Amino acid sequence: MSLINTSVDTAIAIAERRSNRVGASVYSGRSRVVLERGYYALKSSTWMVVASGFVEPVIYLLAFGYGIGQFITGSTDGNGNPITYAQYIAPALLATSAMNGAIYDSTWNVFFKMHFGKIYNGMLSTSMGTLDVALGEISWALLRGLAYAIGFMAVVASMGLVPSLWGLLAIPAAVLIAFGFASVGMGVTSYLKNHQQMQWIQLVMLPMFLFSGTFYPLSIYPQFVQWFIQALPLWQAIELIRGLTLGILNLTMLGHVAYFVAMIIGGLFFTTRRLTALFLR
Amino acid sequence: MSIDIANEPKMTWTGAKTIVDPQRSIRRGSLYVAETRIKKMLKWWKSIVAFGLGNPTLYLLSIGIGIGSLVDSSLGPNAIDGVNYLTFLAPALLATAGIQGAMDEVTWPTLEGFVWDRTFFSMNATAITGKQIVNGVMMAAMARCVLQVFLYEMCLLAFGAISWQSVPILLLVCSAAGLGFAAIMLAFSASIKDDDDGMFALVGRFIITPMFMFSGTFYPITSMPIYLQWIGWISPQWHATNLGRAMSYGMPIEPWLLILHWALMLAMAIVGFSWAHRVFDRRLSK
Amino acid sequence: MPKNAHKDSKERHRAVAAKKTKPEAMIIAKGLTKTYGDFKAVDSIDFTVHRGESFGLLGPNGAGKSTTMKMIAATSQRSGGELTILGKDPNSNGPEIRAHLGVVPQQDNLDRELKVWENLMVYGRYFGLPRKWLKVKIEELLEFAQLTEKRNSKTEELSGGMKRRLTIARGLVNEPEILMLDEPTTGLDPQARHILWDRLFRLKEQGVTLVITTHYMDEAEQLCDRLMVMDKGKIMAEGSPAELIKKYSSKEVLEVRFGSANNAQVAKELKGIGTRLEVLPDRILVYAENGEKCLEQIVKKGLHPVTSLVRRSSLEDVFLRLTGRTLVE
Ligand SMILES: Nc1ncnc2c1ncn2[C@@H]1O[C@H](COP(=O)(O)OP(=O)(O)OP(=O)(O)O)[C@@H](O)[C@H]1O
Ligand SMILES: [Mg+2]
Repeated sequence: MSLINTSVDTAIAIAERRSNRVGASVYSGRSRVVLERGYYALKSSTWMVVASGFVEPVIYLLAFGYGIGQFITGSTDGNGNPITYAQYIAPALLATSAMNGAIYDSTWNVFFKMHFGKIYNGMLSTSMGTLDVALGEISWALLRGLAYAIGFMAVVASMGLVPSLWGLLAIPAAVLIAFGFASVGMGVTSYLKNHQQMQWIQLVMLPMFLFSGTFYPLSIYPQFVQWFIQALPLWQAIELIRGLTLGILNLTMLGHVAYFVAMIIGGLFFTTRRLTALFLR
Repeated sequence: MSIDIANEPKMTWTGAKTIVDPQRSIRRGSLYVAETRIKKMLKWWKSIVAFGLGNPTLYLLSIGIGIGSLVDSSLGPNAIDGVNYLTFLAPALLATAGIQGAMDEVTWPTLEGFVWDRTFFSMNATAITGKQIVNGVMMAAMARCVLQVFLYEMCLLAFGAISWQSVPILLLVCSAAGLGFAAIMLAFSASIKDDDDGMFALVGRFIITPMFMFSGTFYPITSMPIYLQWIGWISPQWHATNLGRAMSYGMPIEPWLLILHWALMLAMAIVGFSWAHRVFDRRLSK
Repeated sequence: MPKNAHKDSKERHRAVAAKKTKPEAMIIAKGLTKTYGDFKAVDSIDFTVHRGESFGLLGPNGAGKSTTMKMIAATSQRSGGELTILGKDPNSNGPEIRAHLGVVPQQDNLDRELKVWENLMVYGRYFGLPRKWLKVKIEELLEFAQLTEKRNSKTEELSGGMKRRLTIARGLVNEPEILMLDEPTTGLDPQARHILWDRLFRLKEQGVTLVITTHYMDEAEQLCDRLMVMDKGKIMAEGSPAELIKKYSSKEVLEVRFGSANNAQVAKELKGIGTRLEVLPDRILVYAENGEKCLEQIVKKGLHPVTSLVRRSSLEDVFLRLTGRTLVE
């Protein structure tokens, strides 16, 4: 058996093709391999765990939209037209589940891979760069996010909770939102050392979920609280998706989109730096 | 250059025979386990207190007061049980705190003990038995449960959501719910195979969340379609909530139901413990 | 060159040969340092590894071997000094340098979520190698690691030694120019160990550069052309195994035991016998040209060791001498 043969140059040649480009020290253009890995790992994981990812928001929708909804009257859309309470919270739950999914994948999953599985140590002893890992891992989170968004929209639309056709755009919007949260979440995770600290993430997400206009309009808060909440990503996300599913479009939506684009760019930059600091130091 | 044997560290050696009292460790094994767990918990006391107070306050503000204002203004004089929504909700959230507090100490930490750092196996390699580990872990979990419920009660008192007279009995009710559920979850967590951490996600989605949502927590169980009401019947959350409502603001309740609520929670604890004892013994001797 | 015309042909020949085989430096370290907080894990070390060479790092636990390996593997950034691998700086050309390397870390870091075959496939894909080519390669590697039957097992189901073999196979998937092995044979059974030595030897014949750390002195003697002994982050000695033995030990060693309570006492009486004494907690080593003679001398003094043994000096003796724990001369 010969362990050396003619294609010995392959790995090297592949790496050298990139060597003079900008960012060669962190990026080798192979983040898709992380997706390949995800595919293999998925094959031998419990499919129910993956497939049932959108069950939680549906349960919330049933309990709040229809359960508490029975006791709530007088909900309106942005233009003052009456809507059901379920119609009011359905888009908020889609936005929240995009956030939760992205954060789950980019925090818990990444945390396990980092500290327990030592998977990034392996990846980064090859010619992969840290940006490859970050982008790949985040893309994987997005693929799942996309699948869940489609699943949730299918359920919600069949219940008649998406009155506008613009609602279709809520799916790509959910992916954008997930991208934003995932890129920041992964960077934050790299600072955390144990389960208890991981719970702190929850302490940021829970109030965002509870107060970002998910269940009732911001107008019940004093003005300065409203400003604060409007600066939070989940409020931006909910407004964007609610506008789409209820078919109330306006220019401020572009602002929400820009907010997430900024979050993505900042998050990726931050995550790559953190991964480099962690694994290549 | 050589090893300085005059200064070699001396290792004293008396022998286990004389220094370990087997009878004593048989009697106190559970306490040793509880001690270890509580020490570990104390390392995180800040986050435990922060969560114990933070989580409920947030839910209270958002759902109790936020959604509550929508509900109260929609229902007007026809309020549920004739009390405001916050008062109606408080006992349910309290039960959740008890269950959650106990559960947090028996799920992931059990996986840790069996799989990640295998501390249960090293405990078992001393004179401590599997049953004692179960009992010790549960003691620690209940300490956390009681603490968490108590903190939550202080919080509810501050919001005027419960009366101070009901504090001790509510503490008892919610701890019973925590005990029953945690015992079952401990047995369940211990049955999860090494590489099946996804199981918790499933349990969360299909058991914990529905239990939280459909056990009369946010609205009376009777306003749900009948085919969903069974969820309440088997969930400690509903038993504790209903008892709690009766104790807190005097929700009318049949005496037989009162007894049944207590009985079911205790039955869960008994089943949970004996199941956990079996699973631990089996897994540790594998 | 008329000036040199009178030089004898033999010398000229040697000069040419030297020029021809002038070794190419693969790894050059100058003042290489790694600090963790205030602690210097690697303290300003210099060394060079040439193409086709088999370079060994020896040293007690915590000497800084793995830290040095990680810096060479471009997975840990140095805190100071210079490091050039294949003419490039790992800080700025990490991915490119790693394409040339095969890394077997001290602790297996296999992907637990993947099966054996998938581990090799995905690792190869990380290098950007084509799937088709990898499929063939993986069969070879599985056979090499004797894991063909286990191809569809999860890595958790492998024994310790099997995991080790899989990690080694994984390090070969990109047919590296430099193979970095951190205690490769720890946990392997004797047979697997010999198979690995054989394979490594053949890789070396094919021009692969090996960098190895080990705690097995026989392994170091078998595999390494050149050794570097480290302790507390510093280099204690460097040279071929034979050179080191010659320089730091005698021809023979006499090992005598007097019972652990008596060794220290007896050692004082043995002063002057042999060239050097090493007092270990359980026995005394007497370094000498002729071990038997020393034993006779000891017996003549009226001392009767419980056991005695004369053997040839080995790397182990060099190791003990260079990295002994306390200085009592
Ligand atoms: N990540 C780290 N943080 C802090 N200190 C570290 C870290 N890694 C290693 N060290 C310290 O650096 C020193 C050298 O460690 P290293 O792993 O290089 O030793 P080694 O020579 O490989 O030992 P062994 O033979 O036990 O494998 C040790 O004192 C160790 O405690
Ligand atoms: Mg080491």
